Amino acid sequence: MQRKLNQKAWFLVLPVFLLVAFSAVLPLMTVVNYSVQDTFGNNEFYWVGTEWFVEILNSERFHSALGRQLLFSGIILAIEIPLGILIALSMPKKGWGASICLVLMALPLLIPWNVVGTIWQIFAREDIGLLGHTLAAMGIDYNYTHSPTAAWITIIIMDVWHWTSLVVLLCYAGLCSIPDAFYQAAKIDGASRWAVFRYIQFPKMNRVLLIAVLLRFMDSFMIYTEPFVLTGGGPGNSTTFLSIDLVKMAIGQFDLGPAAAFSLVYFLIVLLLSWVFYTVMTARDGEAN
Amino acid sequence: MLKRIRIIPTLYIIFLMLPIYWLLTMALKTNAEILGGFSLWPQNPTLANFKTILTDPSWYNGYINSTIYVALNTVISISVALPAAYAFSRYRFMGDKHLFFWLLSNRMAPPAVFVLPFFQLYSSIGLFDTHIAVALAHCLFNVPLAVWILEGFMSGVPKEIDETAQIDGYSFGAFFARIFTPLIASGIGVAAFFCFMFSWVELLIARTLTSVDAKPIAAVMTRTVSASGLDWGVLAAAGVLTIVPGAIVIWFVRNHIAKGFALGRV
Repeated sequence: MQRKLNQKAWFLVLPVFLLVAFSAVLPLMTVVNYSVQDTFGNNEFYWVGTEWFVEILNSERFHSALGRQLLFSGIILAIEIPLGILIALSMPKKGWGASICLVLMALPLLIPWNVVGTIWQIFAREDIGLLGHTLAAMGIDYNYTHSPTAAWITIIIMDVWHWTSLVVLLCYAGLCSIPDAFYQAAKIDGASRWAVFRYIQFPKMNRVLLIAVLLRFMDSFMIYTEPFVLTGGGPGNSTTFLSIDLVKMAIGQFDLGPAAAFSLVYFLIVLLLSWVFYTVMTARDGEAN
Repeated sequence: MLKRIRIIPTLYIIFLMLPIYWLLTMALKTNAEILGGFSLWPQNPTLANFKTILTDPSWYNGYINSTIYVALNTVISISVALPAAYAFSRYRFMGDKHLFFWLLSNRMAPPAVFVLPFFQLYSSIGLFDTHIAVALAHCLFNVPLAVWILEGFMSGVPKEIDETAQIDGYSFGAFFARIFTPLIASGIGVAAFFCFMFSWVELLIARTLTSVDAKPIAAVMTRTVSASGLDWGVLAAAGVLTIVPGAIVIWFVRNHIAKGFALGRV
């Protein structure tokens, strides 16, 4: 759509701008402030320049947490996006079936994140949990508090359980916006199921898929509460993702300087990766039009 | 063909419901039964766990507090996001693209980064442990999201409607309130749903900014862990009750989703 040039539109954006500036820019300045200073307590600070950044960027601890985080987000996107599209494609489009599907599927999204952790903690425990108990009864050695592999699998299944519905809902919305005439035309042309998906449904879902991929990427990259409740970052450090490591550093050890530097590097990584996704996907969007 | 394909959503929903079912059975069991043995359903269903929560003010106040700040946050987010989304969908102006991405970048900021500065900021202006503090803090990620969703819906409304209204002599305010808002009602519903959702489920920031008076239910729940062992039954009952408001809200939005999305440029 062609948009008019109008500088007065700034007035419409102003409330959002002020609100977000208050709740984002001010706190962020504090973080920047801490990241270049050191303290011996008593509110006395002195300038250390980029020392903390150098320390963080060279630390083994940061590298391994980042590696785990990237692997986790990669796996999450690889599972949830295709699965979400598949489920959305096979959902009923109207009637009470659609309503029930929507309501039930949206349910996990509205459970507070620590409760999600608690649910899976209970569900996967060998002594009282349905999943853990069933697996043990089948003779499978599964204990997420001891084996890193089991911990990883549990966290991934938990995240799939928790968030795939978001992808489903967004894709479903995209699919519902396709007029019936498109399908009829495809039928007349004798298009295969795949062709219908590739040339009608997929392009229509493009915009919502952008939202889905971005949201899922950002949120899986910032995941904190669920793995914290479920495994506490263990066993060992095997499920210590970036946020867990950061909170450990900032609140557990109270290393303000390194934690602030960590925060900024972390934030910049999320920003950079999201920008890449955004640019790549909107560029493709532009070609389609 | 039709029958075979419906298997996928059915399986998915069973997968979704199993852990929730398990939570519900736990809530209906006594602690002795939970730890004593394994059973697929409660042998002696009891509502004692729910009674504990609904009669103890330190429990039920958590629900009241959460509801207050979530409602405040949703109202604030939607009311500031509406004009901004309109501006982004209709006009070009200096720095619009950068501003849009900057807004989104706040949605990408890890909450863990903001915990400490938020605590200092809200303490220094005397808002610590109030509902409005949490509502404002949650605007950090909800406002950008609301702008994004609403912008999508508004771009789906033809611009000719704006122009026709102008020719008909509507002032901007009257046009926005009486013509435009009803057209994107479903978009507002969906955006409000997302704001509600992300504010309701967030724990880290809400817990940091509150101590007694505005303590959210999610933070109250972490308390049972520190008490003598884990009180699984009460914890499960509290968990079940946190799902209820969400389920009610989805029920309302469901209609918006069903008939509304056909309008939007989704």
